[in-house]
Amino acid sequence: MTELPQDSVGLVTPETAHFDDPLPLACGRTLPAYDLVYETYGTLNAERTNAILICHALSGHHHAAGYHSLDERKPGWWDAHIGPGKSIDTDRFFVVSVNNLGGCHGSTGPNTPNPETGEPWGPDFPMMTVLDWVHSQARLADRLGIERFAAVVGGSLGGMQVLQWTLSYPERIAHAAVIAATPKLSAQNIAFNEVARQAIRSDPDFHDGHYAEHGTLPRRGLKLARMVGHITYLSEDAMGSKFGRDLRSEDFNFGYDVEFQVESYLRYQGDTFSTSFDANTYLLMTKALDYFDPAAARGGDLAAALAPASCPFLVVSFSSDWRFPPSRSKELANALIRAGKPVSYVNIDSPHGHDAFLLPEPRYQAVFAAFMARVAHDQGLEDRR
Amino acid sequence: MMRADLQLIHDWVPQGARVLDLGCGDGTLLAALAQAKGVTGYGLEIDPDGITACLARGVNVIEQNLDEGLSNFEDDACDLVVMTQALQALRRPDRMLDEMLRVAGECIITFPNFAYWRHRVHLGLRGYMPVSKSLPHAWYDTPNIHLSTFNDFEHLCRDKGLIIVDRAVGVGGHEGHWTSRLWPNLFGEIAIFRVARGEG
Repeated sequence: MTELPQDSVGLVTPETAHFDDPLPLACGRTLPAYDLVYETYGTLNAERTNAILICHALSGHHHAAGYHSLDERKPGWWDAHIGPGKSIDTDRFFVVSVNNLGGCHGSTGPNTPNPETGEPWGPDFPMMTVLDWVHSQARLADRLGIERFAAVVGGSLGGMQVLQWTLSYPERIAHAAVIAATPKLSAQNIAFNEVARQAIRSDPDFHDGHYAEHGTLPRRGLKLARMVGHITYLSEDAMGSKFGRDLRSEDFNFGYDVEFQVESYLRYQGDTFSTSFDANTYLLMTKALDYFDPAAARGGDLAAALAPASCPFLVVSFSSDWRFPPSRSKELANALIRAGKPVSYVNIDSPHGHDAFLLPEPRYQAVFAAFMARVAHDQGLEDRR
Repeated sequence: MMRADLQLIHDWVPQGARVLDLGCGDGTLLAALAQAKGVTGYGLEIDPDGITACLARGVNVIEQNLDEGLSNFEDDACDLVVMTQALQALRRPDRMLDEMLRVAGECIITFPNFAYWRHRVHLGLRGYMPVSKSLPHAWYDTPNIHLSTFNDFEHLCRDKGLIIVDRAVGVGGHEGHWTSRLWPNLFGEIAIFRVARGEG
């Protein structure tokens, strides 16, 4: 690439914030010190009222928008929605996007050194929860001088972090956008996660998570985990229209090599992922998904659990999402209604399944942009463009 | 400039009420009520442009088909349920009336009066299904599948033992004209009812 698109935030460089104050975790352990890697887009205004926090999903990271270099083929994972003139308009907003603890893209996690041993944490890295992430994000906000976010925004597992923000730090969040998420995983969701975990853990190269010491990587397990996960991100229709029963060659080979295009696609997705993602991180992230259930402490009464929330919510689902289907978003929206909280709920008609939250789609963009325009209005940011 | 029926509703809504607006459109009414009377609540809508407009206005809007009922709202969740120009498009207007008065003690309903004299001329003299400002669609593509009159609606309320608290008419800009006050079923183009739960 010689020139970046006009509506891109352009070249971005990740930053690292080091924290020495120990972070107590939900699992009972404490992270003595840690790094958080993050990116920012746009400019924080003098009043510090225009900050947006982006929370990432299972395999996401801090690189949400723009390019790290002119050679980078693809921009950040949410570039469709973050940039000048986009839904999250960086001409108005100051966007913070952080790699969560336990991740494998620079923030402290299984593949970073354990200060006690000097060796990578590996499987000894403490189990993380959505609540832990939110606490760590709040500390990053402190560091950046952001007392209150104009909005906290996220899709999927990111949406769960947004929800947790409204409960743990209601005074520090002015608006919440919870996209393609769920207030808790279903048995089927947990079952898929368990298949993914077993795929990784049963790989002979996994060595109970100590693969770094053994100089191996559980690539086959991670590949399988990603393949099964990927199926749940797409809709049956999307897969059907993309691949159908198309074959790679003219006719059947009557063997177990790749024959159908969908097999080739899944293997490719799995292969790519298995060389770029850490298996221990994947395991930990799926557990964080499984554990999330803010209503549990209130005997399953979600409306009661939502009592601390005070900001306006936007809840968005996608019609063909069967991982976290519209009914799960409605469950959240209805609990917010029962709790008397300000909420808007929109179900976007999309054929793209769960992945739709990452993609540009005219109605999704219109809805997202309208809500963010409201955020700007409420924060008094309108006249500054 | 607000639609005539919306202006009247605006005057009827008490300060600080919790309002549910069924078929809230672009959120004009809820936004005006929030600003003028500190009203809170939700609008239900299925039209994408209406929903987007609500979001931009800061009106809480829930994408929800009214024919699926209001089961996500608890008994007495609101003080007032408003439904303007949607009754005639519902599959079961009678059931919706029950739902509305489950969710709130009082509701305001507006609908096109099918017995309006111009409609009668269309059907009675000319022999065509009425097409007017309040009923702009042709018979084959109209969303208005349950048309009724002032008298019909009063009848339904009576059958259900509901209390008609107030009643008004809207005629394109001339609501309150003496003819429509005297003979609403003939001269009222838009019927506006304020209905409350019956005792017991």
